[in-house]
Amino acid sequence: MAQTLSRGPVTGTAVKAPGKKKPFVLDLYGTAVGKKYVMAITGLVGLGFVITHMIGNLKVFLGPINEDGQRVYDIDIYGEFLRDLAVPLLPRTYVLWGLRFVLIGAVLLHIHAAYGLTQINRKARSVKYQSARDYQIANFASRSMRYTGVIVLLFIIWHIADLTWGSTGADWSRGDVYFNIDQSLSRIPVALLYIVANIALGIHLFHGVWSLFQSLGWNNPRFNAWRRNAAIGAAALIVVGNVSIPVATLAGIIEFDDTVVSVHDLHGSGEEEGADE
Amino acid sequence: MSHTLTNISLKIWRQDGPDGQGRFETHQIPEISDEASFLEMLDILNERLIEENKEAIVFDHDCREGICGTCSLMIDGQAHGPQKGTATCQLHMRTFSSGDEIVIEPWRATAFPIIKDLMVDRSPFDRIVEAGGFITAPTGGAPDANLIPIPKPVSDSAMDNAACIGCGACVAACPNGAASLFTSAKLTHLNVLPQGQSERFKRAESMVETMEEYFGSCTNHGECSSACPKEISIDAIAVMNTDYRKSKLKNRKSLSRK
Ligand code: HEM
Ligand code: SF4
Ligand code: FES
Repeated sequence: MAQTLSRGPVTGTAVKAPGKKKPFVLDLYGTAVGKKYVMAITGLVGLGFVITHMIGNLKVFLGPINEDGQRVYDIDIYGEFLRDLAVPLLPRTYVLWGLRFVLIGAVLLHIHAAYGLTQINRKARSVKYQSARDYQIANFASRSMRYTGVIVLLFIIWHIADLTWGSTGADWSRGDVYFNIDQSLSRIPVALLYIVANIALGIHLFHGVWSLFQSLGWNNPRFNAWRRNAAIGAAALIVVGNVSIPVATLAGIIEFDDTVVSVHDLHGSGEEEGADE
Repeated sequence: MSHTLTNISLKIWRQDGPDGQGRFETHQIPEISDEASFLEMLDILNERLIEENKEAIVFDHDCREGICGTCSLMIDGQAHGPQKGTATCQLHMRTFSSGDEIVIEPWRATAFPIIKDLMVDRSPFDRIVEAGGFITAPTGGAPDANLIPIPKPVSDSAMDNAACIGCGACVAACPNGAASLFTSAKLTHLNVLPQGQSERFKRAESMVETMEEYFGSCTNHGECSSACPKEISIDAIAVMNTDYRKSKLKNRKSLSRK
C-alpha cells in the first residue's frame, strides 16, 4: 500500500502542451474513453452478426423446400448463398471471407480493449473494500461482463470447431447444414452447452446493448427511456431465437430426413468446391 | 417525537497512517437519540474515547449541511450510507434501528490514499479541475446578468451538473474506481454554457486525460449516480464521451493550423 500524499504539478491552464500526436484512431485507442468507443463499435458489429446469424439459423425450421422439382433443405441453400455472395462480381467465398475477417478483427479488438480496461480498473482500486458492498444499480449482468464474455469466446471457438470444421466427433458433411445441426445437437450435453452459452450471451447483451449507448455518447431525452428496452429486446431475441434450435433438435422437431437431396447434388457441383470454404 | 436507539455496534476501519496495516475495530453505542446525525454519533463516540485516553477516530467533515463535499464514509457498503441524495453529514440515526451493526469504511481507490482511519486524500480531484474546470473570464466590472441569453434547459443542465460538491462518493461507489461522474459533471457544467465554448474541447481533452492518470474506466454500471448526494445523472458521462471524441478531432485541426 505505497501511497503518496505529495501534491502534483499545478497546470493552471486548460491548454494541454501540444506534443507530437499519433494518428487519430491510435491516439483515441490509447485512452480509456477511446477503448470504450472500440468496445462499443466492435460490440455493435458482434450484435449485427449475432442477429443476422440467428435469422439465418432459423431457416432450419423451414425444413425442406422444392427446388427444381427436388426436395432440398432451405438452410443448405442459404449456406450456398453465403458462399456465393457477390458472385460473379467476385470469386466464390471472397465476400464470406471478407466478412469473416471483419468479425475476427472485431472480436480480437473487443477482447484486447476489454483486457486493457480490466487492467486499468484493477489498478484503480488496489486495496479492495474490506466489508461487503451493497450495490444499488450495478446488476449481475454489468458485473459479470468479463465472465459472460469469456464463456461466449470459448463457445465461439467450440462452435466453429463443431459446425464449421466438423471436428467434435459427430457425423458431419461439408455443406449439409441441416444434417450437421441434427447430428451435433442431438447429443444432449452439446445441446445443453449451446443453451448455456446463449444464455451467457444474452446476459452479456443485456448490459452491453444498454452500455454502448453511453459509451458512444448516444444520450438524448428523445430515446433515453428506450435504451434499457432495446437491451432487453436484443438479449431476449437472441436467447429465444438461438435456444429454440437445440431445444427443437432434442424434441425431434429438427430431424434429418435422408430422402432429401443434398445441396451438392442439386447444383451438380461436388467436393472440389468444398476445399474453398 | 424523539426516540432513543439502543445497542448499536459500530465496526469502524482504523488505520494509523498511509502505510499502516489497518483493521476493523468494534465500538458499542449503548444509547443514542434518533435525532442525532451520524457524524454527531461519531463525535459522541470520540468524546468517550478521548475520556478513556484512547485515540479519537479520524474522519472528514466540515459544513455538516451537505454543501462542502468534505464528509465521506462507506456505511454498510454504500457511499454516504443508505439514504438517497444526501451526504453522510445529512444522515440521521433515525435511518437505523436499535441493535443494528453498522460497518464504516473509508473511500477506497488507489487515487484516494488513506491519511488516517476514515480520512482519505482526494487531491486528484483538484488536479482534474485545474486541468480545465474553469473558464478564462475577463476581469473588470461584473457584466449584466442578462448580457448573454441562455436557454432555460441549458442553464438547468449547467446548474444540475454544477451541484457536484466533489465528495468522491462516485469514485468510492464505482466498482472500477472511476471518476467519470465527477469529471463529467465538472466538464458538462461549463461545456453546455455559452461562456464555456471557447475552451470547450481543450477542456474536454485535458480533464479526461488528467482523470485517466488517476482513476479507473467507466463500465456504465450507474452505481455512481445512485450514491451521489447531488444525484448527478450519468447523462453527463455521455456528454463527456462525445466531447472527448470531438476534442480529439478538433484539437488536431487547430494544431495543424498552428
Ligand atoms: C469474445 C469474447 C468476449 C469478451 C471477452 C467480451 C468482454 C466484454 C467486456 C469485458 C465488456 C465490458 C467492457 C467495459 O465496459 O469495460 C464488454 C462489452 C460489450 N460486449 Fe463483449 N465480450 C465478448 C464477446 C461479445 C460478443 C460476441 C458481442 C456481441 C454479440 C459482445 C457485445 C458487447 C457489447 C455490445 C458491449 C458493450 C460495449 C460498451 O459498453 O460500450 N461482446 N464485452
Ligand atoms: S458527482 Fe456526486 S458523488 Fe461524485 S464528487 Fe460530485 S457530488 Fe460527489
Ligand atoms: S460535511 Fe460538508 S457536505 Fe458533508
